[in-house]
Amino acid sequence: MEKRVIFKGLWLPLLLVAPQMVITAVFFFYPAGQAIWQSLFIADPFGLKSQFVGLGNFEYLLADPFYRASFLTTAIFSISVTLVSMGVALYLALLADRLIKGSGTYRTLLIWPYAVAPAVAGVLWMFMFNTRVGVVAWYLGVLGYDWNHVLNEAEAMGLVVVASSWGRISYNFLFFLAGLQAIPRSVIEAAAIDGAHFWTRFRTIVWPLLSPVTFFLLVVNIVYAFFETFGVIHTITSGGPQQATTILVYKVYSDGFVGQDLGSSAAQSVILLGLVGLLTIIQFKFIERKVHY
Amino acid sequence: MATLSLQDIHKSYGATAVIHGVSIDVNDGEFIVIVGPSGCGKSTLLRMVAGLETITGGDLFVNDARVNDDEPMARNIAMVFQNYALYPHMSVFDNMAYGLKIAKMPKAEIAERVGKASKMLQLEPYLQRKPRELSGGQRQRVAMGRAIVRDPAVFLFDEPLSNLDAKLRVQMRLEIKTLQRELGVTSLYVTHDQVEAMTLADRMIVMNAGIAEQIGSPLEVYETPATLFAAQFIGSPSMNVLPGTGTGRGVQLANGVTIETAVLCNGPVMLGLRPEHLVADKAGPLVVLVKMSEPLGANTLLHGQIKGIDQDFVVSLPGVHREADIKGERRFSIPAAATHVFDAISGKRINA
Repeated sequence: MEKRVIFKGLWLPLLLVAPQMVITAVFFFYPAGQAIWQSLFIADPFGLKSQFVGLGNFEYLLADPFYRASFLTTAIFSISVTLVSMGVALYLALLADRLIKGSGTYRTLLIWPYAVAPAVAGVLWMFMFNTRVGVVAWYLGVLGYDWNHVLNEAEAMGLVVVASSWGRISYNFLFFLAGLQAIPRSVIEAAAIDGAHFWTRFRTIVWPLLSPVTFFLLVVNIVYAFFETFGVIHTITSGGPQQATTILVYKVYSDGFVGQDLGSSAAQSVILLGLVGLLTIIQFKFIERKVHY
Repeated sequence: MATLSLQDIHKSYGATAVIHGVSIDVNDGEFIVIVGPSGCGKSTLLRMVAGLETITGGDLFVNDARVNDDEPMARNIAMVFQNYALYPHMSVFDNMAYGLKIAKMPKAEIAERVGKASKMLQLEPYLQRKPRELSGGQRQRVAMGRAIVRDPAVFLFDEPLSNLDAKLRVQMRLEIKTLQRELGVTSLYVTHDQVEAMTLADRMIVMNAGIAEQIGSPLEVYETPATLFAAQFIGSPSMNVLPGTGTGRGVQLANGVTIETAVLCNGPVMLGLRPEHLVADKAGPLVVLVKMSEPLGANTLLHGQIKGIDQDFVVSLPGVHREADIKGERRFSIPAAATHVFDAISGKRINA
């Protein structure tokens, strides 16, 4: 039996949950409601009056090739960011886990990038790869590679993926390292005595035992790639070239606040909301079942 | 089936030496127990044999082949860990089959071997369960099964019973011994429990601070402990040790009483008297002030002090004695053959 504290009466429990409820209401339910409401209207270019169009905004959006392209861009972007940031983090965590001397320093240094705000990280990477003054771009030029993410779509995508993953690696690293250290040493040793070499051990013991951590990071990273990478994209490419890096959340911004099409922007937010909700439900329903041992 | 040989095995972490040269030749099928207090290096020694710790000095042979630099998997050993170290995400069957699958054994043979081992260990009804669905004793058996199926040259046990409750420990102890006899596999068993050591061992290594104090059969160690440490560590309750002066075939204690000994000794010595060898004797030389008693049923432990010596003294008398009857001054004697004399400085047994 789970032990619970029982509060008598109604007022104390209400008071205790109130702060969280207020925050959720103000910052989630209210804006989400507004977005749903607005998505049913078209505003005139000056924002003076709006006209009810029902699901017109959605119909228009789903027929728009740019919007559909943005879906594909988002998929490529978020899968790449998740794979890169989790893959590199896992690799570093495996190395750190084997380290005895100096692991404290190593860990501290690896955590620092997490403290850099996404927008700042974006500016940092933008300067390094700037086609005229960027250090990395210049060295690439010396090596005979003409780097230009302002014109080249693949390079632009690569750069925002790397810049978005960079700070994220620290976060994932921490979780992976904690997960690895939670695996009892003797289990690994037993596998070694059973004849399993490093990679066999990783595949058959470490990876399955790490799966709850991996699953958690997967959910968190996908949500991160969907929403929180706005700053990086805004500072480095502003969604270009030719919308090659315009992910859904960036399109919400550019259509709504640059293009002043508030109705469409709101409709996009609603679709995004539904999409993330759906993704999370799928992840929890189908993947989570397999990760608990 | 194998012999195991440790020759002058040393271990140090940087400048800190923790094992100072242990040597033993283990015969085929022999059950060796390494016993000692925590921190004496017994687990480290076992882990060096397993290949989980590097050997910093000396040689280790399995079947006359030097295996110092071999990986654990190449040494043909199996180990049972203190916390069992079962793979939590695998069923009992997969836990046992893991090593065989890695060795790429045909499926039919894996099933046969696991089937045989699980029958021997009464694990057949649980093969599809996960470790978390098993009791402590069952997990212990799975860990044993995992070792058995691989048919190794040597079994290593690292305090395998210390996580079980007292009753189960006694039962599993017997099971381990029966199994080891049945399979005839050379075994090395680490424990801090001297009762486990006494009951399981063909021969035991008594370890203290990285040194093998004595290597011998349980009764050898009990009857003729080589050092003061071995004398006090083996036997329960532990041996009474009193400082004194050797006077030929006797030891004069601090209170002037002389106890007859079987050996010749002179100068400062330590006299060892096992509590169970003391005999109630109205004319005995040892006057004990009994303060407390602990009835154990088969025998009674008396706690007190020898008159004139400020040191705790324990006597174990057969049968039941009421505390009220036994309290106060009691006289005891001890046969000369049951006394043990040790050098006061080196702690070594005097045998002359």
